[in-house]
Amino acid sequence: MTETAILPIPLSGQLINLCAALMLLLGFAMLAQRRILTLINLFMLQGGALFASTVIAAHSTGQHHLYWSAAITLLLKVIGLPWILHRLIRRLSVKWDVETLLNIPTTMLIGIVLVVISFNVAQPISQLSGTIMRATIGIALACTLLSFLMMITRSKAVPQVIAFLAMENSLFFAATSATYGMPMVVELGIALDVLVGMVILGVFFFQIREQFDSLDIRQMEKIKEE
Amino acid sequence: MREWQEIHWILLLVLGWIGLGVTGLFAARWFTFVTRVLFPLGAANGLLLALLALTGMMTGPQEAILPFGLPDLPFHVRLDALSAFFLLILGAATAGVSIYASGYFRREQGASPGLHCLLYHVFLAGMAFVMLANDAYAFMVAWETMALASYFLVISEHRHAEIRRAGYLFLLIAHVGSVGILLSFGVMAGSTGDYTFDAMRAFDGGTFWATAAFLLALFGFGAKAGLLPLHAGLPGADVAAPSPVAALMSGVMVKTAIYGTLRISFDLLGTRLWWWGVLVIALGLITALFGVIFAAVQSDMKRLLAYSSIENIGLIYAGIGLTLVFHAFAMSNFAALALTATLYHCINHAFFKTLLFLCTGSVLHATGERNLGKLGGLIRHMPWVSWLALIGILGAAGLPPLNGFVSEWLLLQGFLFTPGLPHGYLNMLLPIAAATIALTAALAGYTMVKFFGVTFLGQPREERLSQARDVSRLKRIGLLWLASGCVLLGLLPNIVISLLEPVTSLLVSQGRQLNAGMENWWLLAPISEDRASYSPAIFFGGILLLIGAAYLCIKHAFPAATTRGPAWDCGFPMQDGRMQDTAEGFSQPIRRIFSPFFRRTCELPSPFDRQPHYRNIVEDPFWYWLYLPIARLVDLVSRFVAFLQHGRIAVYLMYSFITLLTLLVLTR
Repeated sequence: MTETAILPIPLSGQLINLCAALMLLLGFAMLAQRRILTLINLFMLQGGALFASTVIAAHSTGQHHLYWSAAITLLLKVIGLPWILHRLIRRLSVKWDVETLLNIPTTMLIGIVLVVISFNVAQPISQLSGTIMRATIGIALACTLLSFLMMITRSKAVPQVIAFLAMENSLFFAATSATYGMPMVVELGIALDVLVGMVILGVFFFQIREQFDSLDIRQMEKIKEE
Repeated sequence: MREWQEIHWILLLVLGWIGLGVTGLFAARWFTFVTRVLFPLGAANGLLLALLALTGMMTGPQEAILPFGLPDLPFHVRLDALSAFFLLILGAATAGVSIYASGYFRREQGASPGLHCLLYHVFLAGMAFVMLANDAYAFMVAWETMALASYFLVISEHRHAEIRRAGYLFLLIAHVGSVGILLSFGVMAGSTGDYTFDAMRAFDGGTFWATAAFLLALFGFGAKAGLLPLHAGLPGADVAAPSPVAALMSGVMVKTAIYGTLRISFDLLGTRLWWWGVLVIALGLITALFGVIFAAVQSDMKRLLAYSSIENIGLIYAGIGLTLVFHAFAMSNFAALALTATLYHCINHAFFKTLLFLCTGSVLHATGERNLGKLGGLIRHMPWVSWLALIGILGAAGLPPLNGFVSEWLLLQGFLFTPGLPHGYLNMLLPIAAATIALTAALAGYTMVKFFGVTFLGQPREERLSQARDVSRLKRIGLLWLASGCVLLGLLPNIVISLLEPVTSLLVSQGRQLNAGMENWWLLAPISEDRASYSPAIFFGGILLLIGAAYLCIKHAFPAATTRGPAWDCGFPMQDGRMQDTAEGFSQPIRRIFSPFFRRTCELPSPFDRQPHYRNIVEDPFWYWLYLPIARLVDLVSRFVAFLQHGRIAVYLMYSFITLLTLLVLTR
């Protein structure tokens, strides 16, 4: 980020940086959020930011396949998955507050450390990459790690799945910022995987609740081998 | 296509065994077909294999490359005198065991006969292929096939927890051993990466690596053969397995380990050091002594025979060691003598031990009992089994004129030539080994007297023993085949030794012969006639003459017909079968004399006890000194690994998170 401040940046670049900053902010917001409904809305917003940044990148670089990527993002991550998640929590009636394994301030502090680490790690990659979005690689990596952290610190199954989906979001973002996205086939495949994974996990939610009368994954410690 | 040699026919026969097994699997429900057709066919296959191997021993080495295996890694096979000799053992013993097995399996008992048929024949094919293999890859595949097939045969009565446990231990030790073998091959292949035996023959890695390869091979094959202290798996497995399988495992399968040891130490390795031989002699003798002492105190027929196998394996290893010592000092004549004794004992043991195991199986089937304390007097109800068992017993006890005597005598002769060795300590110490062999032979005789006397002689100890019936015709053929093998091997030693000549000249002596040929077939004098000689024919004739003379004398002195009457009761009127000398009582002196060898718990009842109960358990001290500490150590280490397994998803995620972070920071 330091070198982008010195060099003159075109408008599209500044917009992309704004989107990236928004994604990081939303990542922190999700990490700190206790309520599942808000969590889903934040996830939807993150999808929106991703969509916006992809469209801007496509427009400014003339990479037409990025429009398709953006379309998939819009359909799947801004509309599809949040809708499925909303339905799920209505059916499961789990709108309660989320219990975290670590308290929120500690989690946030760890998150800051992660951001520092990922910026450090991403610096050499950014210098190698020649894309317009190269400055955002650090942010993408930080978002990935934050989602991972969220997955670790949550004790209920639904937030974990949301964290998983958010991780997929930031991986996609990393891919677009480093190399203008993966080949179309791979992207389509991943999109389908995420959808199928969501469906399977939804089935699992019901199964888990039936077995343990709860969606708390701490219940599953009982089934380990002695 | 070249003309068909013995090796091709032998490969065809091995395939034939597999084919029989697969047929058995498809006809699993058709009991009569499997037992009356497939098993006898397997026996005929074994007989043919033995004949082909016999001709194969006379011709030079033959090689072939099989078209299957991994891509670029085909199976190499080779038939030379050594492998042909072991194939002869396999085929000849299998012919008897398979015929017996066709009468052994019963309807609706244990696993289905079709499954048995498959595993049994795959086991046989695996053993045959071990002896044919000419590269490490084919060898290990065959070796593992053999180990797994024998494991599944051992646990065929898997409903008993004890049998599952015995099978597990057997498999575990066999696998630890195969790691040793694999590493040994790895050392011999060196850095060339070529795993054919030809490349290993050419490779010379120096003394250190040769020693490493030899020790690893000794460990690996010793685990299979039951060399001390790796013997713990065998007795349990032999007890758990059905009798024909136990006979094959004890009589033939352990010979594959002997084959492997000989193959690696005399063929594949270029250098041999004399102290290897001393090590092998020491291990072999300790094993033999340990085995025979434990055999002497057992009261379970099968366990007794299993420990006796350990004893014989010990003797065979002592013979290998002696051959190594003589060979290292370039005394090829004596080396040939020691190797002849070793190989001779291999084939003898294959015959008499399978015969005895099958006799045990017959007793078990007829009475449902294999505890010596509940048998007795079976000679009146089962004359066939008893007399044939007597032949096996005489062979195993090492008594002339049967086969066991010849090989043990040759081995002893070999040890008596050690004063000629050009090494001070060796020629002082090795006569002690000769003394140990004599002691082992004597104790083996004691054990076998106990086995035969308690089981077949005297009065029945249980009421229901009088219902025991003799064996069926098929089983009788199998037993007769093996017993006649014992007799012939004992009576015609010179012919056998001249048959062994190609093997010894291949491995140690390069063409020099022992003084035993067809011309004086009745006198066996391995080195020279004025040193020591043995003539089984004269011995046999003398025994026959004496028995005939005694019979005639008795007939002459007491011409009346035989009558049965009560024995004199010493003025003590209450007598029944349970007051005879028991197996425990008979072996009591041994338990006393060799008490440091045992870990023994004994419960003597109080004299005022109304229902006295005597309990005497003799256990293997190695189990407590060696096996349990190792098991505890493994348990501890795996507990530490289990500490990582919390069963909490968050912790598992944490592992990958930390790994990811560490990798990211490191790549920076």
